[in-house]
Amino acid sequence: MSARTVSTEELELSLRGISKHFGGVRAVADVSIDVRRGEIMSVIGPNGAGKTSVLNMVSGFYHPDTGTISLKGADITNEKPSEIARLGVARTFQNIALFKGLSVLDNLMLGRHVRMKAGVLSSILYWGPAQREEVEHRRWVESLIDFLKLQDLRKQPAGALAYGLQKRVELGRALALDPSLLLLDEPMAGMNQEEKEDMARYVLDVNEEWGTTVVLIEHDMGVVMDISDRIAVLDRGEKIAEGNADEVRANPAVIQAYLGAGEQSAEAAHG
Amino acid sequence: MVEWEFLILLLTNGVLIGLMYALIALGFVLIYKATDAINFAQGEFVMFASLIVVFAILAFGAPLWLAIAVGVGGMIAFGFGLERVVLRPLIGRPVVAVIMATIGLAAMLRGIGPMLFGSGTQSLALPISDAPIIWGPLFISPIQMLGAGVSICFLAVFGWFFLKSRKGIAMRAVADNQQVAMAMGINVERYFALAWAMAGIVSALGGVVWGNMLGVDVQLALVGLKVFPVVILGGLDSIVGAIVGGIIVGVVENVAAGYLDPIVGGGTKDFAPYVLMILVLMFRPYGIFGKQIIERI
Repeated sequence: MSARTVSTEELELSLRGISKHFGGVRAVADVSIDVRRGEIMSVIGPNGAGKTSVLNMVSGFYHPDTGTISLKGADITNEKPSEIARLGVARTFQNIALFKGLSVLDNLMLGRHVRMKAGVLSSILYWGPAQREEVEHRRWVESLIDFLKLQDLRKQPAGALAYGLQKRVELGRALALDPSLLLLDEPMAGMNQEEKEDMARYVLDVNEEWGTTVVLIEHDMGVVMDISDRIAVLDRGEKIAEGNADEVRANPAVIQAYLGAGEQSAEAAHG
Repeated sequence: MVEWEFLILLLTNGVLIGLMYALIALGFVLIYKATDAINFAQGEFVMFASLIVVFAILAFGAPLWLAIAVGVGGMIAFGFGLERVVLRPLIGRPVVAVIMATIGLAAMLRGIGPMLFGSGTQSLALPISDAPIIWGPLFISPIQMLGAGVSICFLAVFGWFFLKSRKGIAMRAVADNQQVAMAMGINVERYFALAWAMAGIVSALGGVVWGNMLGVDVQLALVGLKVFPVVILGGLDSIVGAIVGGIIVGVVENVAAGYLDPIVGGGTKDFAPYVLMILVLMFRPYGIFGKQIIERI
């Protein structure tokens, strides 16, 4: 649908005709989405449209019944989640999924997990390479803490933080993986306007400064229209539209899917 | 003997035996912390380990150190194998499925152990004296000292592991939320296997000290029953709790036996810890040190 044709080398992520059924429910039907390297691609749609199912298939939590998923040209359709993370895909979750009993610092350090190489024994004994590696990762995480302005919260148990801060720590944990592809599942849900603006700023900064490709699921149309390079619209498991903000806003199928509510959001975004 | 001396004797022996309970409870806590699974076969692990050690001595004439090494190695292999064959297919299933699997496993081990290694009661001799150390009013048996020492070492090592080491923290993350841990690139299966192997090591050494004290046969698995009051008192996922719970159970047992047995004619030792357990559950359903989330159990 996009006017410009894109060569496969420029694609960070490519979904080709993926479908997923859960029992008799058709969650995702023949969806193809291409995400170009370095862009912010939003996936929107009414509740139950299959947005999170798509994200979960990219993460490898479950695998599509048909179709293929490729990351930087390599097929990852049936890879394990831990392997996909290793390949540079990080994500946040719709419901905050921090390790609540662990400190903010430990949560962020866990994000570094895939970048740590020391074996079990040397880590347990905390000798030589393991210790050097730890120091190196700690330095990396400290710069992340500065970036996200979490300096005073390092030692706090993650579960004790305010909601907006937990969302920010969860973003930090995903960034700690140093991902090339960042999947964000409703990062602004339940936030007030100021928190939303902060979060949008962080996403834009990460995208611009680190060149990280972002796939964003979000219900706040204002934010989506503002920060997305392109938008894909899902409805009842099918992709009904794709394009930049203006194209999507003007698409009759999108307006139909949102049944008026979407028109209002779209207008709000205009204003 | 004077009254207070009698009490001190009861308390000391209670603490020592309690630390030995803690050693067994530790295996249980390790599994729960890492996999969120309740292992009803902990006592059987201990029994099975001691059977391996005794078998290595009797059938092959292995020296004690080698037999213990074989026991530890055997239990590590057993832990890995168990995780691979029985528990891995249950990852992501309801916790109840894992509990049922461990109950089945317990019954299997009680059957297979005697089948492989013989059913008579064997003694597991250690190169330490049977004669109690007498120190003032105290009578302390050397095996209890050894058991308590082993227990304290393990508790310190694992306490550090879970609080400070990367692998330990990753293991807690796995227990907290498997799916999210996977998305962090943590290989959940590998951590499960590691946890079961660690429980195997603890069980093997528990098997040696308990086997020496009680004799090695199927009945040894019954020490596993003491795990439940210990971990309920201390909290299912707390290593410090395992120590404190163990000591409380040991002391309550001894004091009840010392003061109540003469009145009621015996047997209070066996049920006093459970009375206490029920009382604690009424006021602190998550134990004394446990995390305050109980809906998943």
